[in-house]
Amino acid sequence: MARRKAPEVNAGSMADIAFLLLIFFLVTTTIETDSGLNRKLPPMEDVVDPPIIKERNIFTVVVNKYNQLLVEEKPLELVNLRLEAVKFLDNGGGKGEEACDYCLGDRDLDSSDNPDKAVISLKNDRETDYKVYIAVQNELVAAYNVLRNREFKRLNPNLGLDFVQANKIYNDPRTSITEKERLKPLLGKVKLLFPQKLSEAEPSKTN
Amino acid sequence: MSKFKKKKGGDLPAISTASLPDIVFMLLFFFMVATVMRDNTLLVSNTLPAADQVQKLDKKDRVMYIYAGKPSARYKDKFGTQARIQLNDKFATVQDVAAFVLAEKASKRQELQNVLTTALKVDGDTKMGLISDIKQELRKVNALKINYTTRVGDYSQNLN
Repeated sequence: MARRKAPEVNAGSMADIAFLLLIFFLVTTTIETDSGLNRKLPPMEDVVDPPIIKERNIFTVVVNKYNQLLVEEKPLELVNLRLEAVKFLDNGGGKGEEACDYCLGDRDLDSSDNPDKAVISLKNDRETDYKVYIAVQNELVAAYNVLRNREFKRLNPNLGLDFVQANKIYNDPRTSITEKERLKPLLGKVKLLFPQKLSEAEPSKTN
Repeated sequence: MSKFKKKKGGDLPAISTASLPDIVFMLLFFFMVATVMRDNTLLVSNTLPAADQVQKLDKKDRVMYIYAGKPSARYKDKFGTQARIQLNDKFATVQDVAAFVLAEKASKRQELQNVLTTALKVDGDTKMGLISDIKQELRKVNALKINYTTRVGDYSQNLN
């Protein structure tokens, strides 16, 4: 007896099945991009005698429980914080050994000596909202980034990158090692010019 | 009788859909590969604040997550409306943070144990008191690298 040819399986519903799966994955997908502000906490051990920092080298930022800002003992809107912080860091009021030859600031004698000395002190209340705190942090980091970008561009005019972009390339795991080796000293140099000195006081209790 | 019958009318031939499954499969594979299944079910509301000076957290294996915020709607009856910490799949108190960090650290590979980052995924409306407490606990166990996980956006979104 002649063998019958096996009938062809109808593949018309394949598309439907694939669609079903596709829709399932579409719905469950959360393409998570985790990004945020990197910070480093100070270690626990107490410094025996804290170094004395001159008043003019400290930029105090206080956020109260009503989410209002007090910068250098004056109320300030958040929009102006970045500019004020840049002004403070870039002041370069120091003389002689403490002079800052790359600063473009006002050389105000009542503001910071040089970026290496300048410290930003951030203090918040326990009742401050987290999102406001993040906004303040964001602006302070932005102030550093503005200055670092400027210096990076000045030192490496042919690279066509600014500090933030270069740092992003450096931190990308797909970047080749040779490229990283090339960028590392350039980034390090700018970081030395404007070291991020952001100190956080323990939050005050609301009375 | 002519062998070549003249076709009647000008009706268009049907478009072949034979390649449709291929196209759909291609999309399917893309989503299958790109999908990251959430490893934590969120018990707290988690609207992250916005920031624009962000850096990416790339390597997932060296990150541990701490969530905080108000319990989400269906846990409100049980856990109240005060902001709370979530570690793994459970609500936790501030005292549990240290133990959690140490346990996470121990579960990672040796060479990664010292480069771990703690990602704080905190709801924007949380008060700073809770976050300071968490930070204090992290300092106690020497987990000093932290990342405030945010959405990418302008900071002014945070102010309303």
